[in-house]
Amino acid sequence: MDEQIEATITVNGTRVTRRIEPRMHLIDFLREELGLTGSHVACEHGVCGACTVRVDGEIRRGCLTLAVQADGKTVDTVEGLSDSGELAVLQQAFHERNALQCGYCTPGMLLTAQALIKEHPAATREEIREYMSGNLCRCTGYQAIIDAIETVLRTPRKEMLR
Amino acid sequence: MKPSAFAYARPRALREVLALLERHGDDAKLLAGGQSLLASLNMRLSAPGILVDIGAIPGLDGIALKGRTLAIGARVTHRAIERSELVAQHVPLLAQAAPHIAHIAIRNAGTLGGSLAMADPAAEWPACCVALQATIVVASKKGKRRIAAGEFFKDLYTTALGAGEMITAVEFQRARKDERHVFLELVRRRGDYAIVGLAARARFARKALSEVQLVYLGVGVKPEPAKAAMAALEGKAADEAAVRAAQAALDSDLSPSADLYTSADAKRHMARVLLARAVAALAG
Repeated sequence: MDEQIEATITVNGTRVTRRIEPRMHLIDFLREELGLTGSHVACEHGVCGACTVRVDGEIRRGCLTLAVQADGKTVDTVEGLSDSGELAVLQQAFHERNALQCGYCTPGMLLTAQALIKEHPAATREEIREYMSGNLCRCTGYQAIIDAIETVLRTPRKEMLR
Repeated sequence: MKPSAFAYARPRALREVLALLERHGDDAKLLAGGQSLLASLNMRLSAPGILVDIGAIPGLDGIALKGRTLAIGARVTHRAIERSELVAQHVPLLAQAAPHIAHIAIRNAGTLGGSLAMADPAAEWPACCVALQATIVVASKKGKRRIAAGEFFKDLYTTALGAGEMITAVEFQRARKDERHVFLELVRRRGDYAIVGLAARARFARKALSEVQLVYLGVGVKPEPAKAAMAALEGKAADEAAVRAAQAALDSDLSPSADLYTSADAKRHMARVLLARAVAALAG
């Protein structure tokens, strides 16, 4: 019953091989086994989006994915995407538009917003709302988050990075 | 919460999956996208002894057109259906319904077969499959069998799947030239389970509706075909009189229960509203 399964996962560009208890969520594996505490745990049943990570390039719920299911896959977290600079423009916009207060939802917001930016570069405000609907924030009332994402979509990239 | 402990197997071939299902019986659960299963394990609503992960089984993730049939593999994700040009062209009801399922991160993982096997009465795919008169392809160690979607959903979270059986694909008939599809939902927040939803399909030619299918979700223990309302629209022009007659007939079709937020009467009202909108769209 408690048999551990060996899995090899490429996390933020680094291959890691570990023996993992099958019931361990991907989010707990990242946080507790690898010390990547940027992605957060909140509702643990897929409602809030705080645990959003990327698996093979697509955003996923880290609490609705078993770590063993990621065997052979590529996982990216807010740490890796911050270090690579991929989120820099979005992070700057979140800062400038006051799109966070306590920050608990922010890593999940950033990953979902970045997926939106890649997929729908011309998204309207309403489409932004819809795309972001799976990420809950209890501080901001969402307006500032939508503002930040809209800012990124409407501003040419080189102006944002000046 | 965290799930209780379970064993885990990730077989590489379908026959290994079927052997594991036969060996472990009710103690085994299939794991595909896991978007409903893991939530229920996390809340300890169920505690299977073993999860059989079908993520590595070949042949379950295709969308293919063969003659008049569009076959979608059981492990095809909601997102892949949402993005498929074949689906949009040949079974537009599915393309319309997909964006209503939860949120992007969940649609990236959750699967068609998983949703059907779960048989949540408020889920989108079961109602769509019944409205489309789809065929659910099922495998076990004894071989394959095909089950009409209308016969598949038996009760709350209960299907016609027998011991040792799993869904491998769903077959849909391509929409004909004069066929219209409409999917509508009323929700409190985008991505929530529907309070009331409607999967509707009809042919519309010479200003008359025919072969009308109206299947509601969220108003019963399983997808609910509104048979009297369907009959009231059959052969009729999509005018106000026909809509009124069909709305009146809904009272004998549906007997929704109140939930925490919505009374039975409010759900009946919403079902009538969706019916009028659906008829307008079918004839639009």
